[in-house]
Amino acid sequence: MSQSKISTDKLNLYYGAKHALKDITIKIRSNTVTALIGPSGCGKSTFLRSLNRMNELTDGVRMEGKVYLDGEDIYGPKMDVTRLRKRVGMVFQQPNPFPMSIYDNIAYGPKVHGVKNKEKLDEIVERSLKQAAIWEEVENQLSKTALGLSGGQKQRLCIARALAVEPEVLLMDEPTSALDPVSTLKVEELISRLKSQYTIVIVTHNMQQAARVSDDTAFFLMGEMVEFDTTARLFVHPADKRTQEYVTGKFG
Amino acid sequence: MRKLKDDVLLCLIYLAAFFAEFLLIGILVYVFVKGFPHISLHFLTTVTSVLEGTVGIAGNLVNTIYMVVLTLVIAVPVGIGSAVYLNEYARPGKMVRLIEFTTQTLSGIPSIIFGLFGMVFFGVTLGLGYSILTGAFTLSLMVLPLITRNTQEALKTVPESYRSGAIGMGAGKWYVIRTILLPSAMPGIMTGIVLAVGRILGESAALLFTAGSGYFLPRSLGGWFHKMVESGGTLTIQLYLSMEKAQYDIAFGIAAVLLCMVFCMNLLTGLLSNKLGDTTDGRG
Ligand SMILES: Nc1ncnc2c1ncn2[C@@H]1O[C@H](COP(=O)(O)OP(=O)(O)OP(=O)(O)O)[C@@H](O)[C@H]1O
Ligand SMILES: [Mg+2]
Repeated sequence: MSQSKISTDKLNLYYGAKHALKDITIKIRSNTVTALIGPSGCGKSTFLRSLNRMNELTDGVRMEGKVYLDGEDIYGPKMDVTRLRKRVGMVFQQPNPFPMSIYDNIAYGPKVHGVKNKEKLDEIVERSLKQAAIWEEVENQLSKTALGLSGGQKQRLCIARALAVEPEVLLMDEPTSALDPVSTLKVEELISRLKSQYTIVIVTHNMQQAARVSDDTAFFLMGEMVEFDTTARLFVHPADKRTQEYVTGKFG
Repeated sequence: MRKLKDDVLLCLIYLAAFFAEFLLIGILVYVFVKGFPHISLHFLTTVTSVLEGTVGIAGNLVNTIYMVVLTLVIAVPVGIGSAVYLNEYARPGKMVRLIEFTTQTLSGIPSIIFGLFGMVFFGVTLGLGYSILTGAFTLSLMVLPLITRNTQEALKTVPESYRSGAIGMGAGKWYVIRTILLPSAMPGIMTGIVLAVGRILGESAALLFTAGSGYFLPRSLGGWFHKMVESGGTLTIQLYLSMEKAQYDIAFGIAAVLLCMVFCMNLLTGLLSNKLGDTTDGRG
């Protein structure tokens, strides 16, 4: 396996008394797409959010164990959360463009991180929108509100927005579950293209999608990571019986 | 049978709506018809003076503008600030609910009680006496709940996904509030301000013993500043005093002017919120 971009060591997470993640130890390879699969409520989103410290926003969350980004402890005292979230971007299940223009949506992140120069921002906006394969559709309406786009366009806009700050890792929580099949394919294609530059972790309920886009797959069940392997192996020769039952659609 | 009942009900609803509308228009027309003949340039630009034999409301107009501006300057930042605190910073719980309950109750208190408190606290204890400032402070307390509540309601409707989206990109809380939450809450804030201005324009009881009833114009440049600590009656106060003295012509004149102001203000805020809505769509 190539060098790991993100790794966790015995990660445990509690929502109050609820033990939501149990001893998760995983090594996510650089420049790959890693899919997280598992039945509803097994902790996929929770795990994803713990990779850029979004869980801290929730009251009553307690965490044990370590998460490393390039070997650096992201919960360590030296880690700056703003920097961390610049390096580890996030795309949500529901497309959530901000109530502002398409341009301002993309420029939002760079502005947060101190880019003020207009030309630089113009350049970032164009580059990000192109990267997210939505530039042709919106180049003539950059000043229009982003809320008027279609669902699929919104999601690609959100991907562009996340890319605008030049992250190293992209976390995607069921990015296509609210989209139609055509938009879904577009996003999937996008993901495959982006992995040369980014490390992507994607939560999905869609087995075919996991098989199509991911290199590695982790199967979660009731807060535990049952199995983690290359997608090819995990889908064809799962080591665990529960994994096999899940990927063949016997439960979940 | 069902049909008939529906029809009768519908008829009654129309009747009620018609009646309400008719009443409103009736009052407006009545006031304007009685008031307009008394409005003249002279009436608007001079001050009532026995010596010069003039009757005018220029001083009251100026006082009203002072009162509105000063009150808003105090109440809007505090109101928005507390709404932001309650909704974005404070942990939801007993304390927040208590504060919310208090603000709600505050808006139901008769204004004369605010007047009493304002007179004693701002006027006497803080030594501001009968002054526009005392009045503005008093009215600030009165309109604070309007602004806080409307802002808070607006903040509550801002989707959680905007917050997590922005925070997920590394934005700090205050940055998110400034760039996303407050702009989204703008219509609500505007509603609060409009209601507040309406309240300020219409208030008499809370002002009579706080801002008093002065009606002179400042004579020097410094006077325009000093005016804040001088007694100054708003149009509504003057209207009240005119009625008391049975000067109904003046009273109707003032009433017509007040109605015009309310009308203009509604127009203005309509335009303003449209414009604000536009800029959030704008590039740059
Ligand atoms: N804020 C919270 N407070 C308390 N419990 C929570 C909270 N968020 C999640 N949980 C619990 O933690 C567990 C894992 O939730 P999580 O959202 O990570 O699951 P998931 O695998 O993403 O599910 P889904 O596929 O439905 O999105 C669930 O049992 C859920 O009830
Ligand atoms: Mg989830």
